[in-house]
Amino acid sequence: MRKILFLAVFALASAVTYAGGYRVGVQGQRALAMGHTGVAVVNSAELGFFNPSGLVYLENQLTISAGVSAVFAEVAWQNETTGAVARTDNPVGTPFYFNASYKINDWVAVGLSVTTPYGSTVEWEDDWEGSHLVNNIALQAIYIQPLVSVKVAEWFSVGGGPIYVTGAVNFNRNLSRTLTDIDGNRANVTVDASGVNEWGWSASAMFTATDDLRIGVNYRSEIIMNAEGGEADFENVPNTPVNGLDQLTDTTFDAQLPLPAELTVGLSYQFNEKWLLAFDFNRTFWSVYESLDITFGNGRVSSNPRAYEDSNTWRFGAQYTATDKLTLRAGYYLDESPVQPGYFAPETPRNDSMGFTAGLSLEVTSRLAIDASFAYIRFDEVDASYDQYVDENGQNVPFGGTYKSVAFIPGLGVTYKL
Amino acid sequence: MKNYIKYIGILALGMVACEPEFENPVDSGDLYTNGEADFSNYVALGNSLTAGYADGTIYLTGQLNSYPNILAQQFAVVQETQEFTQPLVANNAGGLLMDGVQLPGYNTRLVLAFDAEGNAAPKYYAGTIETDISNILTGPFSNMGVAGVKSYEMLAEGYGNIAGMQAEMANPWFVRFASSPNTSVLADAVAQNPTFFTSWIGSNDVWLYAGSGGTGTDHTGNMDPTTYGRNDITDPTVFAGAYAQIVNSMVQAGAEEGVLIGLPSVTSIPFFTTVPYAPLSPANPNFGPMIQTLNTTYSQLNQAFAFLGVPERSISFSETGASAVVIKDESLADISQQLTQVLMGGGMDQGTATIYGMQYGQARQATPQDLLLLTSSSVIGQVNMTRVQELMAFGVPQELAGQLSVNGVTYPMEDQHVLIPEEIQNISEATTAYNQAIKQIAEANDLVFIDPTVLMALTQGVPFDGGVLSSTFVLGGAFSLDGAHMTPRGYAFVANKIIEGINSKYNATVPKVNIGNYNTITPSNNVQ
Repeated sequence: MRKILFLAVFALASAVTYAGGYRVGVQGQRALAMGHTGVAVVNSAELGFFNPSGLVYLENQLTISAGVSAVFAEVAWQNETTGAVARTDNPVGTPFYFNASYKINDWVAVGLSVTTPYGSTVEWEDDWEGSHLVNNIALQAIYIQPLVSVKVAEWFSVGGGPIYVTGAVNFNRNLSRTLTDIDGNRANVTVDASGVNEWGWSASAMFTATDDLRIGVNYRSEIIMNAEGGEADFENVPNTPVNGLDQLTDTTFDAQLPLPAELTVGLSYQFNEKWLLAFDFNRTFWSVYESLDITFGNGRVSSNPRAYEDSNTWRFGAQYTATDKLTLRAGYYLDESPVQPGYFAPETPRNDSMGFTAGLSLEVTSRLAIDASFAYIRFDEVDASYDQYVDENGQNVPFGGTYKSVAFIPGLGVTYKL
Repeated sequence: MKNYIKYIGILALGMVACEPEFENPVDSGDLYTNGEADFSNYVALGNSLTAGYADGTIYLTGQLNSYPNILAQQFAVVQETQEFTQPLVANNAGGLLMDGVQLPGYNTRLVLAFDAEGNAAPKYYAGTIETDISNILTGPFSNMGVAGVKSYEMLAEGYGNIAGMQAEMANPWFVRFASSPNTSVLADAVAQNPTFFTSWIGSNDVWLYAGSGGTGTDHTGNMDPTTYGRNDITDPTVFAGAYAQIVNSMVQAGAEEGVLIGLPSVTSIPFFTTVPYAPLSPANPNFGPMIQTLNTTYSQLNQAFAFLGVPERSISFSETGASAVVIKDESLADISQQLTQVLMGGGMDQGTATIYGMQYGQARQATPQDLLLLTSSSVIGQVNMTRVQELMAFGVPQELAGQLSVNGVTYPMEDQHVLIPEEIQNISEATTAYNQAIKQIAEANDLVFIDPTVLMALTQGVPFDGGVLSSTFVLGGAFSLDGAHMTPRGYAFVANKIIEGINSKYNATVPKVNIGNYNTITPSNNVQ
């Protein structure tokens, strides 16, 4: 079983994940089942992501938590004025995590966390109405983080470590609303960059107020992904000097994409032997994402204002220990969108959402538990537009309509203790 | 354990089928209504404008952006409809072949080509013509638009018979998809049992005259269309009779709802509004230095005009501003002989005076009331080689013959390059009469009538989300490079106007399209 799961995880490691925006909160089945709370929950090696300072409180010498989820997420768009409709046909996203913690002594633990907290795959039908903004996009970022957790006092620990990120992006859009070659094939550009590597860090602390109440705080730094010398591939550009189109040949590009910093504070309360309650508050510092500017090797710049604002997520979770072997979990969260009115771009069609989550852990042996979770993400139908597009004549042309998103995320993981 | 995994598997499978659903999906059929119209089997009647003709020919993307095809797509949003079929051509090069040989006059599409200095001009695309009219398509076709068809030709049997090509009794565009050699366009339309139709017929009854520079005959008063030539104006009564027969046949066939589209003034299109009457600039290095010599020469002629009591025919060119071209106005009294006499009386030798008399007997400079055809732009200021040969045959030395053969400067622009007020009047009167007939037929059959003034808003410019759509040549976006037919965006505009008419008449809510999503002219340097 374990072998199969591990194989599955690594086979899917290169696949990409879903997000509106591009933060994907799927970094642990136990946490996700509880509304993706975990900054103050000492439960498994999932702490490696949620709050590394808590690793030192894990009972066993070695704890490993690993898992993968299947993200089924789709977006539909329609325009009642014209009767036009489009739907995404996104591949199944597979965010995964691997967290390991090794306790050196009662005061120090070390660990390793591999996660995919940012990523996005949105595939609209080619040449759909918004194709001048995006046909398809695939972003992925894998976080690899060595960790250390130190108990400073019985009631207080700190932890953290450097983050190594390796990422890739592939983005295709049409050059304008109408430009085609002589045969009517829409002129488009694909930018592709992979092996984009950057460094960041995280730091955290955990405060054990009483035997039953823990308070946690975790901060993960902003990481700006610099794609330099990526490939820009222009297709179906007509043979004409109009607007310099004859200079649009395959070239390189530079671009920056921020992976914003995230601050989480929260608490957990062991109500009684059966019940644990948890609350997390995330603030994601999205305001760093001002604009997606792509500078091509031929000197052209594509500027795509985003003007994201910092956003909050409120998370609530509960855990019920049903039997020695079975633990049940449920949760809820409210996720604010960083996208502001007039900046609703269909490559990240995210409005406010609510997550409803549930899951369970089943101890197969004293060392091995299976963790399952399920999340349903509910988005309101929203009338929104992206008003920042400037066409080839310098004319500002809004693109709007009604969007409706939905996501289901079943996930499976294991927790292994030694 | 196994059970749990099984359940999760089932759950996961369920997810795959999940789709976001709108409260009021546009594709559910509930949001819009077809009202009292039944779009289930829509058939479009018309000429080149209906066929999606653009840039001087029919090519694939032009057809896909024909206004009937746009309408059909929007009808399909509000109602379950039959597939809208079109007699698609082979590729995007345009042009026509017959048995593998290019039909004369049916060249490839025009594209906007730029030279090294950045000057743009429409040129023929270098692609290969692959549409062969001997390859006859199997229909039926919902879009029955036939380029070049006149009102009464809609009823003509054998109009699509390839055997009639030689005798010019058949139309190659209809040959491609006529259901049988002896059918008529109307018969093929009626046979489809349409439930709804649009008709934009009649432009050619006046356009072919206009587009030929008025070289044809105005047959108003002549009720026998068998005597009409290709470039003639159809008598309004003949027009009304044919039009009524077409509409009655469609209504009887089941298309009780429909739209009759009026005919915009053909003289408002870029084909006639692009080339100014006074295009001769003193800054032009081929013209400016000649002005003094020209004026000296013309002063002799002007004295003769004054002597003959027609001083209004005087010709002179400005050294500071743009000058009007010299044209031949066949409505003027021909004073060739008197002119020759007067010039000889003034001391000119007989040979020169005879040539001048011939050349300027009906000449005058153009005025704002004249309309130069788009096709004249490539002719003005050029040496007319045919004329040079003629003059040399009279014994004029080659150099002088060349000097006397500069189109619009020394050699008056011929009839086919210009519409004079009398011709414009003929066009205007016929168009008005046709529109009255179409409107009456629409009222008699309780059909939508699209007033042509609605479409002519393009002459003023119509705002849309990406700017202003207008009938200005090249830059306005509505008209293709032939100056007479529309771009996809222009046709989308037409479709929207038709939808407005339909919604208003039939209490329907057919959604309009965003014309900003439709293309305009095609630039390309792949030219012949």
